[in-house]
Amino acid sequence: MASYTAPYAAVAFNPGARCDRVVFVDASAADAPPQSGPRPGRSLHRFANPGRFLRLSGAVLPWLAAAGVALTAVGLVWGLRFAPADWQQGDAVRIMYVHVPAAWLASAGYVGLALCSVLSLVWRHPLADLAAVEIGPVGAAFTALCLLTGSIWGKPMWGAWWVWDARLTSVLILFFLYLGHIALVRAFDDPERGYRSGAILALIGVVNLPIIKFSVDWWNTLHQPATISFTGAPTMYLGMLWPLLLAAVGYTLVFAAIVVARTRAAVMERRIRALLMARAGEAAA
Amino acid sequence: MTHLPYVVSAYLLGVVIPGTLGLSALLRMRAARRRLAAIEPRRRAR
Repeated sequence: MASYTAPYAAVAFNPGARCDRVVFVDASAADAPPQSGPRPGRSLHRFANPGRFLRLSGAVLPWLAAAGVALTAVGLVWGLRFAPADWQQGDAVRIMYVHVPAAWLASAGYVGLALCSVLSLVWRHPLADLAAVEIGPVGAAFTALCLLTGSIWGKPMWGAWWVWDARLTSVLILFFLYLGHIALVRAFDDPERGYRSGAILALIGVVNLPIIKFSVDWWNTLHQPATISFTGAPTMYLGMLWPLLLAAVGYTLVFAAIVVARTRAAVMERRIRALLMARAGEAAA
Repeated sequence: MTHLPYVVSAYLLGVVIPGTLGLSALLRMRAARRRLAAIEPRRRAR
């Protein structure tokens, strides 16, 4: 796969550079020593080379997708068919096996978006911008899934499709933050300005994550408080907890696989644009 | 099963939304790979 390594080689050794600006670098640059000394975040740039990313992600992606689909299927079937119904909610509690993983991933996806934004703004990581652009729509879709399944769950339990509860409202704001990021990164003719503006928006929006998490503790809400925490024992029956955890891990792997696949496509599309521009330049000359 | 329409519609959404995202990502990746291979015939895109 020298094809990708060669043109992008300079990116790995020049963290300040963007792929679009360093496309046509001699392949021998890949063997050249770094021109500057160690700097913070340098180790991260080992994974910034698009050629290396395509190789690694190409090897990992099939396993990631297969494991994600398998675990999600087992978790959902277990939750739908074999897990017990709730004594109060009846079978409506089975919506939890879709709703809770979607809610976790809505927040976790935004954490990923914020991390990519930090990598982009602080270390100008060349792949972080592409990853952030691709995380946005996936995170928005999972947030929409969370809101829709929550609404479907709320109707039989609360008697309403929607209430302006603190948890629901803060998740709706998260959805708008995702939409804002998607719009902002595409709003500029210069992609660099779009990436930077999107990164700033993503970092500002991080303040919403603790509000989502603690909204059920800070305010009186219809939404129930957390039943699973990292510090205490779960208050949920194990026959319900296991399928929930399986579905959550499965959906997480599916989320990761989708983001990796989209980022791979984005890297190849950028390469195509660079090649076409080079040909146009040669033809003009 | 109680609340069957609600449960079924939630599960359908739980399959259709990630499934559509995954399928579109796969198709986009394949299209990019094919196009890259056509532009750059000497080198094989993985």
